[in-house]
Amino acid sequence: MDIATFQAYGYFFFTAFLVVVLYSYVYHLYSAQKKGTRDYEKYGNIALHDEITDQPIEEISKNDEIKK
Amino acid sequence: MENRPLEYDYTVAKMFMLTTVLLGIVGMLVGVILAWELAFPAVNTIAGQGVAEYTNFSRLRPLHTDAVIFGFTVSGVFATWYYVGQRVLKVSMAESKFLMALGKLHFALYLLVVVAVVGSLLLGITTSKEYAEFEWPIDIAIVVVWVIWGLQIFGLIGIRREKSLYISVWYYIATFLGIAMLYLFNNMEIPTYFASGGIGAWYHSVSMYSGTNDALVQWWYGHNAVAFGFTVPIVAMIYYFLPKESGQAVYSYKLSLLAFWGLMFVYLWAGGHHLLFSTVPDWMQTMGSVFSVVLILPSWGSAINMLLTMKGEWQQVAASPLIKFMILASTFYMFSTLEGPIQAIKSVNALAHFTDWIVGHVHDGVLGWVAFMIMASLFHMAPRVFKREIYSKSLMNTQFWIQTLGVVLYFTSMWIAGITQGMMWRAHDEFGNLAYSFIDTVTVLHPYYTIRAVGGTLYLVGMFLFAYNMYKTMTSGRRVEESELQNASPMGA
Repeated sequence: MDIATFQAYGYFFFTAFLVVVLYSYVYHLYSAQKKGTRDYEKYGNIALHDEITDQPIEEISKNDEIKK
Repeated sequence: MENRPLEYDYTVAKMFMLTTVLLGIVGMLVGVILAWELAFPAVNTIAGQGVAEYTNFSRLRPLHTDAVIFGFTVSGVFATWYYVGQRVLKVSMAESKFLMALGKLHFALYLLVVVAVVGSLLLGITTSKEYAEFEWPIDIAIVVVWVIWGLQIFGLIGIRREKSLYISVWYYIATFLGIAMLYLFNNMEIPTYFASGGIGAWYHSVSMYSGTNDALVQWWYGHNAVAFGFTVPIVAMIYYFLPKESGQAVYSYKLSLLAFWGLMFVYLWAGGHHLLFSTVPDWMQTMGSVFSVVLILPSWGSAINMLLTMKGEWQQVAASPLIKFMILASTFYMFSTLEGPIQAIKSVNALAHFTDWIVGHVHDGVLGWVAFMIMASLFHMAPRVFKREIYSKSLMNTQFWIQTLGVVLYFTSMWIAGITQGMMWRAHDEFGNLAYSFIDTVTVLHPYYTIRAVGGTLYLVGMFLFAYNMYKTMTSGRRVEESELQNASPMGA
């Protein structure tokens, strides 16, 4: 197998792999939301409640477990 | 002082707002002059033979493209970053003296680069690579400006209060990383004076690549400059400003994440469509075509997400000129991201390549999508940074309709001109002799070139209205209270 053929196969399988990764990500997003592990939609509120005095949607703190 | 409540600090945002407006006018004014020169060649020497060197088409053309890309658009990206960045990360620039000083240095160096670029291009000092015309000393300065912006982005992220990065921040980071990579690789150049031991001017350089390789790197850069300059940061803007102005959270946050990765994955491979039927390997051309068509999906993912954000709130489009600007921008985004892939299909490209249809495509994207979105962002920011209401709503409406008419005249004339041109270039008789000479096409296209110049002039008029409205907002708009600035921007009649 010459180098060009090897590159072509490599390229094809790498693309296919990335497509699988992308679709797995879609699956992850929607299943996490459905199972309630993570609510992605709440992050949309970051733009709406963006005054410096507003409570952050997810606050950075030394202990991330504590949420108000 | 110590008891003053913490506020966002928009000092640097204001500076970049100023350059956005000024360089927008410069870039578009030069563009309009060029359009009239194409329609009426005598305009090339309208200021007299003595200065014809500085007013002819070829000298001004890079100034137009670079002023619009690196002046107007990049200033708009910086201005909105210094506004949006603080707000979605919930941290003020006033909290870090270092970031504040860095921001001011960023602006000062940017101004120096602008002066160097305008000066050198007017003098005809250029590397002759499209959208990468700057000689090596300016390239180095640009890299410094860009790195400072990167420090600023990651510095602000480092001291944030909001744990999650809002989707706009992802897009700003992608802009930073994408342009950094593209700019460095395409501008790899050898300073001829130093390499040759003292021949020629010290600032001249030649590309490190040659022939087909140079073309490939150039269009990998050229097309992705569209990606990471005209698409990614503008999407960052619409994801923040449309939800904020309309008071509606983005329709689907998950779709925004998905569209982001889709765009990142696909865009980098599409540049090959600029080199169809050239000497680059055939598989690269096909790949460029295929990826360009796939690119419709992530682009429409974001655009549809924006339109759906307005679900149930469409009355706002009629009521607010600011929402009008953003919805039209989003619509033009859908439109030009459908048009581009069509042009990238090999059989269509055989007709469209080198014709005015391509010019039309670029302009419906930049005038309809990029510039509309940047102006809308600045309109939204103005009452918040100046603490005054937008001076005139009716002026905004007037500007909207004048510019929309301008864009429509621009792209429709270029469609007709481009397809006519392509058909005439390829027409032949039964023996294979070409049916037309080049000058035949020029004669036929003249009316469309005139219409294009009129369209461009209308857009420029709108740009002046925009500048006037912004100036009056800053100086004499009614003062507003914080409570009026929640969502819809306050506007005077």
